Amino acid sequence: MSKENEQEFSLQLLRSGDRAEIARLVDAYSTKIYRLALKMLANPQDAEDVLQNTFLKAIQALPKFEARSSLSTWLYRIAVNESLMLIRRRKPEIDISLKKDDDESELELTHFSDWCCLPESELISAEAQEHLDEAVQKLSEKLRVVFILRDIEKLSIAETSEALEISEAAVKLRLLRARLKLREILSKYYVERLDSEKKDEKQS
Amino acid sequence: MKNNLNCGALLASLSEYVDGILGDALCKEIESHIADCDDCRVVVDTLKKTIYLYHETSEKTAIPIDVRERLFHRLDLDDFVRDRSQL
Repeated sequence: MSKENEQEFSLQLLRSGDRAEIARLVDAYSTKIYRLALKMLANPQDAEDVLQNTFLKAIQALPKFEARSSLSTWLYRIAVNESLMLIRRRKPEIDISLKKDDDESELELTHFSDWCCLPESELISAEAQEHLDEAVQKLSEKLRVVFILRDIEKLSIAETSEALEISEAAVKLRLLRARLKLREILSKYYVERLDSEKKDEKQS
Repeated sequence: MKNNLNCGALLASLSEYVDGILGDALCKEIESHIADCDDCRVVVDTLKKTIYLYHETSEKTAIPIDVRERLFHRLDLDDFVRDRSQL
């Protein structure tokens, strides 16, 4: 996906500050960057700030862009850093180092009720969508960012690793933890929906 | 020799399994395990569904038109804002 996008851009034009080419780059990535920021921060105003700052910084840095990573992962990296900076500024009272380290806590499984049979309309209703978004907010920043890049922006493991400058092994581990945790949170919600459906059936 | 995975051992390979990038041998082990272990089958199915739901719904978020306009203004690209307003 990102590779296809990239062939369309002239690095030479971008580096020389060609405004039409920059506008094309902004259009190609603005939805992706906005969505990443919105899922990271759960606040449209903050997401807009991240979006603007990401492109301001990128445009400023383009003349020196050496293409050591792809344009796409480079933009994502700037956006992730901007998002994390905003989170830290917003919640200065939380000492991130005191948070339980997600990489080290024990993995365990809970919730063995099957809710896959719920109808699609129930699974992606407007209310369910809110729960999907809230669940992402319950992940630590470290897990959240990996999940968003991989399962929402659909980057590969290699691209996620490049964007975050962490090893592929670390990406895989955090992705597994994030997915399991989300499955757990969603299970609680959907099993309730399932139970209330069964109740309705009995009554009718 | 251990023929069957226990539920804990399955856990570590789960993400790669649902992405379809796990090696054949481990894949078969997981499949034979979940054929006999109902809890693990539910975990695999609901995990797949969880990822599917995020895939499906993420496409719905697009940049709002006014946010795009303010972005172009902030970047001093106002003269290009009309080009792709249908996006």
